Amino acid sequence: MAIDFKQKSASFVENKDRSAWHDTALWFVRNKRDIGVMGVEYWEQLRLQASNIKTHCLSNLDKYLVEFEENALKNGAIVHWAKDGDEHNKIVGEILNKHKVTKIVKSKSMLTEECELNPYLEKNGIEVIDTDLGERIIQLRNEPPSHIVLPAIHIKKEEVSELFHEKWDTERGNNDPQYLTYQARLSLRKDFLTSDAALTGVNFAVAETGEIVVCTNEGNADMGVNITPVQIHSMGLEKLIPKRSHLGVFTRMLARSATGQAITVYTSHFKKPKPKGEMHIIIVDNGRSERLKKEGFWTSLKCIRCGACMNTCPIYRRSGGHSYGYTIPGPIGAILTPNINLEKYSDLPFASTLCGSCSDVCPVKIDIHNQLYKWRQVIGRNNVLPKTKTIAMGMAGKMLEKPGIFKFAFKMGRIALKILPDFIVYNRWNNWGKGRKMPEIKKK
Amino acid sequence: MKIALSIPCFIEEFYPEVADSSMELMRKIGIEFDVPRGQTCCGQPLANSGYEHKAIGAYHHYVNTFGDFEQTLMISGSCSYHIKEHYDVIEQTGKVKRLRENIRDLTEYIMSEYIGKLPKVSYPHKVSLHTGCHSLRGMRFGVSSELGMPTKSFLIPLVEHIENIEIITLDRPDECCGFGGTFSVYYDEISVRMGTDKLDDAINKGVEVLVSNDMSCLMHLDGIIKKRKLPLKVRHILQVLNGDKL
Repeated sequence: MAIDFKQKSASFVENKDRSAWHDTALWFVRNKRDIGVMGVEYWEQLRLQASNIKTHCLSNLDKYLVEFEENALKNGAIVHWAKDGDEHNKIVGEILNKHKVTKIVKSKSMLTEECELNPYLEKNGIEVIDTDLGERIIQLRNEPPSHIVLPAIHIKKEEVSELFHEKWDTERGNNDPQYLTYQARLSLRKDFLTSDAALTGVNFAVAETGEIVVCTNEGNADMGVNITPVQIHSMGLEKLIPKRSHLGVFTRMLARSATGQAITVYTSHFKKPKPKGEMHIIIVDNGRSERLKKEGFWTSLKCIRCGACMNTCPIYRRSGGHSYGYTIPGPIGAILTPNINLEKYSDLPFASTLCGSCSDVCPVKIDIHNQLYKWRQVIGRNNVLPKTKTIAMGMAGKMLEKPGIFKFAFKMGRIALKILPDFIVYNRWNNWGKGRKMPEIKKK
Repeated sequence: MKIALSIPCFIEEFYPEVADSSMELMRKIGIEFDVPRGQTCCGQPLANSGYEHKAIGAYHHYVNTFGDFEQTLMISGSCSYHIKEHYDVIEQTGKVKRLRENIRDLTEYIMSEYIGKLPKVSYPHKVSLHTGCHSLRGMRFGVSSELGMPTKSFLIPLVEHIENIEIITLDRPDECCGFGGTFSVYYDEISVRMGTDKLDDAINKGVEVLVSNDMSCLMHLDGIIKKRKLPLKVRHILQVLNGDKL
C-alpha cells in the first residue's frame, strides 16, 4: 500500500499544540546547530571538503571496500558481506547461535531498523535491548523511530513517565527528565550485565586502518562492546572513508549538524577484538550498489545521517517523522525511499516546497531538493500518480503552449469565480480554499 | 539593448496592479522595455508536479516569445529561477542559451543596476521583508541562514533609502512560507500551517505589511490573511519602491 503522506501529515498537524511543540523542539535544535556552525569560520570549506572526500570514496568504492576488508582481517576482525537485509539478519542470527547468545544489547544502528533485525531475532528466541534512551523508549512503545538522531522526538516527557511506570513501575506522575533517565539507566545496567553480545552501528569505517568509528553521546556502544564477549558492527557500504586523517573533517561536522555540539561525547574507535573476544563487521548493501549506478541520484549515498535536513525542514517539523512511513524520514528519506519502492513512496518527493533549506544545511552538500524535483519527474513519467492528476496536468500542458486557449481558460475560471457562490468555490475538492481565500480577480 | 518584461501568469490575472506599478517604476528610472504579446506561463507548476515532460511545449512557447530579446526581466524570482535552472531539458539552441543566461528577476535587476535612480519615497509602515526561497537559495540573491555566516535580507539595500519605513526582522526570517506551487494545493493542511506560523510571527512583532519580490508567496499568505481576517497586508516591493500608498 502506498504511503499516504497527505492524510498522515494532515492528522499530525490537526493537533495544533502537539505539532507546534514538535516544530518548536526541532527548530530549537536547528538553532543550536546554527550557533555551532557559526563557531567554525571555514564551515563552507569544510562542507566542500567533506563532499569531495565522499564523492571520491564512492567513485572508488570497490577499491576502498577491498582495502578496508584486508586491513580489518589483519586486525583480527571477521568480515561478512550481506547483499540485503535478510542476509544481514541471518548472519547476525548465525553468530549469536554459534555463541548460544539469548540476549543482545544494541546501540546506534538505524541500519538494523532498515533491515528489521529486531523482529527477526525475537522470532528466533533472542531478546534484543535497544540501549540508547530514545530508541529504548520507542522499543518499549513498539513504534518505529520518527527521526534518525532523535528517534523519540515525537513523544513528550509525560508520556515517557507513563510508559516507564507501566513497564518498570516507576513513580507515577514523576515527569522529571533526570529521574526518568536515571530509571532507564538502572534498567539498562541490568540488561548490559545479562547480555552476551553487543551490536552497534557504524558512523565511519576507515579503509586505511580497517577500524570502525562510532559517535555517541550516551556511551552505550562502548559499554556493550566492552562488557560482552561478542561484538558485531553493522555498516552500510557507504560508511567508508579512505583515510584516518579524513575523519576529523567528518567528526567536526557530524555533531554540529546533528545537535550543535562541537563533538559527540564519545568518539569510539573499534579496531580489533578484545582478548578472547570476537569482533564481527557486517558490510551491508541492501540496494546501495544499485543506487550508486543512478545518474543524478547516487550522491544521496554521501549522507552521514546527521538529521540536519529533518530539523530544518518546515514540512518535516510540522508533519512528524511517522508521516513518511519509513525508518529514515524527512527530506533525505524522501529521496532514499523511491529507490526502494517507487510506487509505495511516490507521495514523499512531493512533500516539499523545494525551498532548498535541506540542501544548504547538508554537511556533505547533497542537492536534496534537486533530487526531490528529479524524483517527481521519474514518478510523473512512470505514471505512478493518480489518473485524475495526470489528465489535469496533460490539459494544463497543452494550454500553456497556446496563448489563446490559456487566456480562454483563465477567463472561464474568472467567470466561474465571479458567478459561483462561495459554497461551490470552497467545497471539499478545492484544497486552496479550505484554509485560504481565493485570490481576487481584478482584471476586466 | 532590447529588454522584454515578463509578467507571470498569476500576476496578470490576480495582481495586475503589481504589473502596472512595476512598469510605471521602470519608466520612471529609465528602463526601456517591451511587453511581448502571447505570454503564458513558464511551466513551473507542471514541472514541479512531476510533469516536466508535459511542460516542454510551454518551455518552447516561452523561448519563442522571449528568445529574441537580449534581456528578459521577470516580476518573479521563482519563475526566472525555473527557466535558468530547469530549461536544460530542451535543446540548447542559441535562443535558449541566451534566455537562460540573461533572464533576471526585475527586482534584482533594479537593485543591481538602478538603485541610485530610484525615486524618493516615504513608506511610514512597519514592514517585514519576505525573501522567497527560489530567490534566496535558488538564485542566491542573498546568503541563507544555513550557510554558517552572518546574513540579512537581500532586499535591505532597496529599502535603506525609503523614508519613515521601519523594517522588522522575524524570528525565522528565511523559513519557507509554505506556498511551493502545487504543494499548497496537494498538502494544503501543512501549507496553511506554515503560512499561519509566518503570519503569527509577523503579527507578534507588530508588522503591518509583508513585502517581497515574489508575489506567489504573498498570494498564498494573502489567502490566509483574508480567510482569517488578520491585520496584515501584502505588497510587492516594486509597488513600495514606486511610491504606491498602502
